[in-house]
This record gives sequence, structure tokens and C-alpha cells, in this order.
Amino acid sequence: MFDSLSDRLDGIFSRLRNRGKLTERDIDEVAREIRLALLEADVNVKVVKGFIARVKERANGAEVQKSLSPAQQVIKIVHEELVTTLGGVSGKLSMSPKPPTVVMLCGLQGSGKTTASAKLARLLKSQGLQVLLVAADLQRPAAVEQLRILGERLDVPVWSAPDEGPKDPVAVAKSSLDEAARLGKNIVIVDTAGRLQVDDELMGELVRVRDAVRPSNTLLVVDSMTGQEAVNVAVTFDELVGLDGIVLTKIDGDARGGAALSVKEVVGKPILFVGTGEQLDDFEAFHPDRMASRILGMGDVLTLIEKAEEVFDEGVAAKAQEQMAKGQFTLEDFLEQMRQVKKMGPIGNLLKMLPGLPAEMRKAELDEGEIGRIEAIICSMTPAERRDPALINGPRRVRIAEGSGTATSDVNALLKQFKMVQQMMRSMGGGKRPKLRGMDLSEITGGK
Amino acid sequence: MSVAAIVAILVVLAVVVAAAVVVRKRRLRGAVGKGAGGLPLQTPPPQTPPPQTLPPTFDAPSPAPAAEPRLRDRLGKTRAAFASVVAGFGSRGGADSEDWEDLEEALILADVGVATTSKILDGVKAKATNERADAERVLELLKNEILSIVATGDRDLAYEQGALNVWMFVGVNGVGKTTTIAKLAAREVKSGRNVVMAAADTFRAAAAEQLAHWAELVGADLVRGQDGADPGSVVFDAMNAAVHRGADLVLVDTAGRLHTKVNLMEELKKLRRIVDRTPGAQKEVLLVLDASTGQNGLAQARQFADAVEVTGVVLTKLDGTAKGGIVLAIQAELGLPVKLVGIGETADDLVAFDPAEFVDALFA
Repeated sequence: MFDSLSDRLDGIFSRLRNRGKLTERDIDEVAREIRLALLEADVNVKVVKGFIARVKERANGAEVQKSLSPAQQVIKIVHEELVTTLGGVSGKLSMSPKPPTVVMLCGLQGSGKTTASAKLARLLKSQGLQVLLVAADLQRPAAVEQLRILGERLDVPVWSAPDEGPKDPVAVAKSSLDEAARLGKNIVIVDTAGRLQVDDELMGELVRVRDAVRPSNTLLVVDSMTGQEAVNVAVTFDELVGLDGIVLTKIDGDARGGAALSVKEVVGKPILFVGTGEQLDDFEAFHPDRMASRILGMGDVLTLIEKAEEVFDEGVAAKAQEQMAKGQFTLEDFLEQMRQVKKMGPIGNLLKMLPGLPAEMRKAELDEGEIGRIEAIICSMTPAERRDPALINGPRRVRIAEGSGTATSDVNALLKQFKMVQQMMRSMGGGKRPKLRGMDLSEITGGK
Repeated sequence: MSVAAIVAILVVLAVVVAAAVVVRKRRLRGAVGKGAGGLPLQTPPPQTPPPQTLPPTFDAPSPAPAAEPRLRDRLGKTRAAFASVVAGFGSRGGADSEDWEDLEEALILADVGVATTSKILDGVKAKATNERADAERVLELLKNEILSIVATGDRDLAYEQGALNVWMFVGVNGVGKTTTIAKLAAREVKSGRNVVMAAADTFRAAAAEQLAHWAELVGADLVRGQDGADPGSVVFDAMNAAVHRGADLVLVDTAGRLHTKVNLMEELKKLRRIVDRTPGAQKEVLLVLDASTGQNGLAQARQFADAVEVTGVVLTKLDGTAKGGIVLAIQAELGLPVKLVGIGETADDLVAFDPAEFVDALFA
């Protein structure tokens, strides 16, 4: 629906003359487009203003590098400024000199606190730390049960309120420290109930939980799909509870995640971790460069990799790589790979993630049925034909076309394309590990 | 550019990406010993020693307030920001461009989105210029313009006395599907309807327990499966149970899923097909949307509507400061009306969507 920022900037710059230097007028003109791109990405209006001002300052008078078009130059500046604002790669908690180190997760309802607690526990456990999970969400029915089940899967103990008696999250939090001492745990992760930042009563409770455990890491869990509201949430939580860092969740969707920038800008605390999927190990350190590309709607090779990782069968992929290295990529492999690609989602969506593709290709309306036809053609070949397409002569072509319900010209086109693929494979298959960067046609894809 | 060429490029790319992934995975495995962590959530690891925990507890439900709450009561207190912009409109004597910019900013701050905001304001501007409207009139025009978007569509929930009615709830993770069902079940049971809840979220740990808690509380029947069971079987069983018991209404809770996950969306389609198999069932498929959702809400609505023919939207958590403006874009583009609004934590905090109130509250 929305063109990427680079497309739109290209449009502007094609109207301007390339003067080798960005002038104030050029920059004013592109500032509007950058503003729109950021707003569409859900960056808060007020944050956008400050950000644009900084970009303008940086861009003013900047030399256009020879290798870049003016549009690319501006995007590069915007991208760099985004990365700077978003902060460095982190994923480090501050460890308390006197164990246990307490981590408290808080945030709105449904932002993903319980899941993030469990994921963080898994991560820290894998680093050799002794973790205790604390179920201090006594608000949502079965939240304790949820954490208990997750703890069981991770083999991490979960401390929760006794069955009888008052349901007091403050008491649960307080007693968890004794339990941690008893079990010899050096990390305590406190999962709290979701609450609106305007709910005075629950915010007061959160402050009391904090005072009971004195966390050295109070983390705000923010849904990456959050809109303009992210600023209000972050500011209030920071004011009332005091934040040390941010956890950004659900970034495996297609939200542009401008909330990350908003929150970072207004709170100034690092974004430590991101939740990248439904499994407990889908949790990693935050990478500002990836997020910057994403906010700008630039092609995202990394998302593509993540998608591939999700659906690709390792065995099939490894075999294909081998075949490729040997220069023996057959139609059978082609078919197998194509089926894997299909699993990654509509081809049109995948194309959008590829940086540097010609615009005509990115915008091509794809009939997914076409892919089924290609599949049918290959399936109508004999195994011998699939291994050695040179066998396919005139009569065979007619037979394949009839078998797959296509025209002979379709078969011809496919064989021609396949020849090209083979050539590409051969040229890339030389090295032991094919370079991903080599695929990028544009200079600034952001992230590696 | 032919499809085959694109596919060819993609295949090449896929191979390269896959190769990179394999290399990365091998490296990871060697370094960290990823074994246990790689276990998928659905399959609990066999024979893990029981963790040292005390039994889980549930919080007592809040007592229901006496009076039916209204959207306006909840929205009023949080609308100061927008109200101040609106109050300042035209204060410099006649609307100037700065006024329009303020208005634009206010709409974007409400998550209405750039495109929809421009469309709304263009319409208002044209009319305002035409009739040389003063500030007050401009705001009235703006209100009407927004109303003309949200006041359309059928906002009733499909229900036929004597038939089996099925309301299915879909949406991304954490929007409040289970809570919405609980609130709705309470309402429907109270009005004398015989309700079956289908706990088809078999993925999230303890999701069924959460629903079971509510079922017991409000007096609805619950059909559930094992954790990690096929959600299709749960829906199938629930439909059968409902038919046999002569239930009036089945509320289907589904696992939260990102609209970009192809396999999970396929699973959802399957659930819908199972519901469709019961002849004569009245169906409602409601997309549950968190009011704090930004522009991604439109993508969510589009994908879910494509997959399971969504019939309406439930806008949750509107009792905060989030304004839920993305529903304007959703209705303008996809014609999906908001049918219910969640405004609090108690069972009664689910109310019908009233467009006039919504717009009024926006300008309160």
C-alpha cells in the first residue's frame, strides 16, 4: 500500500538536479516524506518533529557521496540518525553486586509480560544463571498457571501465592526473595499484572511491588504494534516506577515498530531485548540497525532470514547448498526449494522484503496460481528429465505440457528460466559459504 | 517481468538464505548447546521434575457495578489533549493553516493514520471553504465527516432465536480475546441464553484454565482439549456438544496469532470451515483489536478478513488514553464496523459501540 521511503524520495530527487550537495531546499522537500514515513510507522508525532529537526541539521550541506544517489544519501543520514537514537546493541542486564539480581517486568495488558518473563528466564538460564520466576500477576485469571507451565517447560522454579489467604502481589514479591535465598538463585524475574498507566490504584500497587523487591532492572514490556500511545505509557511508567530498560515484543509481525523509537526517545533507557516469535527461544538482544531499516520500511533481509528459518527444513536446505556448491542443482531441487519458499507466505510479500529489487519487480502483481503451474510442469516430468533437462526434446515438451495442462511455450519458458538459475547457482556456488551481502543490489540495506 | 523469473530469483535467494541459516544454526549449536531451548512450546518436555511452586490461585472477580457503564463516562476524562486542540481551533480569528495542522496532528495522535486523516481533513476543508464556515462550524463538519465513516454498517451481533449461533473471536496475541469472551458470556447468560465456550486456544499455556475460570463464574459450559491439542478438534467437539445440548450460542476462543504467519492463518481458516459445517448456524467472526494498536491494525484487519470473513471489530482497552483511531481506517477501507467496545476489567465493561458517543467522546 505505502511505497517505501526510498521510492518516494527517488521521485522527488528525479525532479531535482543532482548538484552534488544537499541544499536546504532539497532537504525541506524530503523532510515531508520522511515525516510521513515515520508517522506511518507509528512514531509519535512529537518525536517525529524532534527527529526531523536533527536529520535536517545533519543533512544540511552534506556531500553526496559518489556511490549514492541524493535519495540514498538522505536515507543513509536518516538511517544513521535512527540507529544512533535507538542506541547500541544491548541485551545486558545490570547485575546487582549483592545477589539476587531482581528483574521486574511491567506494562499494559497483553503486551507480553508473562511470555517475556519466561523467555528471559530461558535466556539467562542458558547463560548459566540460577533463575527464579515470580508470578506476581494475581489479576488475570490463570496468569499464575500460565507462568507455572512455562516454568515447568524450562525447568525453572516459579514462586507464587499460597492457595489460601489474601492475594497480595506485594507479599508474593517480598517472599520471593527469601525463596531465592533458600534455593540459592541469583536472578529473580518478577512478572507483574498488566495495567493501564492511568489506573492509579494498580500503579500504586506496582510501586509497592517495586519497593518490596528493589529491582536493579525494571523493564517496560512494549508491544511493537503499539501506536501513538506508546509515549504516554512509557512516560508514565517511567515517572511512577522508574524504568531501566525496554523489552519490545511481537516483532515477528509486519508492524513497522515506530513505537520503539518513540519510547527510546522519551524515556532514554536502552531497548534491551526483542521477542521474535512464539517459541520460548525466540528472544534476543535488540539490534538498532535492523529496527531502523524496519521503521523506514526498507527491505528487510533479516526478516526474510527469520521467515526462512521458520519454515525451511534444515536437511533440504543443507542438501540444496551442497548441490549448489557442486553445481548440480536440478529441477528436483528447484521444485523442493520452491515449495519451501511458498511456505514462507505470499511471494508478493517476500518480494517487498528484498532490498534493491527493481521497483517494477517489487510492484509486480503476482498470481500465486502461476507458481502452482510451475509446480505442475515439473511434476509432469520424469525423474530422469528433472535431473537432466537436456533430455527434454520436442515431443517430451508436448507431453509435459499436456500432462500439466499448460502450453508448450510455458514449458519452454520454465526451462529457460531454470537454465538461468543454474548459471546463477554456479557463479555463487564456488565459495564455501555464499555471501548474503552479495545479493544486495543496493548499498544501504541496513543491518547485516 | 515474468513470474518464472521472479520465482527463479526467489529460489536462488531462498537457497542462499537457507544456506546462511544452516551455517548460523550449526554455529549456534556448537557454541551454546541449544538443545533444550529449541523445544517447541506445544510439546512439554517429557518428565521434567516438578518445579517448586505452590498451587496457582485465582483472583476473585470484581463485583459487577449496578449501573450499565457508558462509553462516554470512561472516555471523557482522557480526552483532554484532543479537546484542547479543538478548543484552540480558530482562536487566532478564523481557521489558519496552523489550525489545520494542529487538527491533523490531533487525529494522527489518535492513531487515525496519515492517509485517513488527510482524507477526512480534505473533505472537511472543501466543505468549510464552500460555506465559509467559522471555527465552530468546521468542528461540526469534522465530527460529521468522522461520523459518516463509523456510523455505517450493521453493528448488531448475528443472533437467531432457536438456531445455533456461533461467535468466533480472532486477533493477534494479547488483544483481549479471552477476556472479551468472558464478558460477553456473562452478558449472554444473564439474558437467559444457553452458552457454550470453546477453548480453542490450545497453544498459550493456561489459556483454557483462564476460560474455565470464567465459564464457572458466569455459568457457561466449556469445551476444551489438552494443551497443544488440535484446536480444530476442540471446535468440532464444541459444535457437537452445542447441537446435542440445544445450546443457543457458541463462543469460540482462538489462539492469538500474528496475521503474517501463514500456517497459523491456515489453521484459523480450518476452524472457520469446521464451524461452517454445522448447517443453519448463524455466524459472527469478530476481530479483537487493542485500542493502543497503531497503523498495523489495518494490516491485521485486512489479513484476518481475507482469511475468515470477519464480520466486525471488538475494540478493547479503550479505558486508557489510547483512542483507537485505527478503526476509522479499518471501516473506511474494509467496511468492518466496530460492534463492541471493552472499557474495563469487570464483566460489565463490554458495551455496544455507539458512533455518536465515540465521536462525541473524541471531542469531549
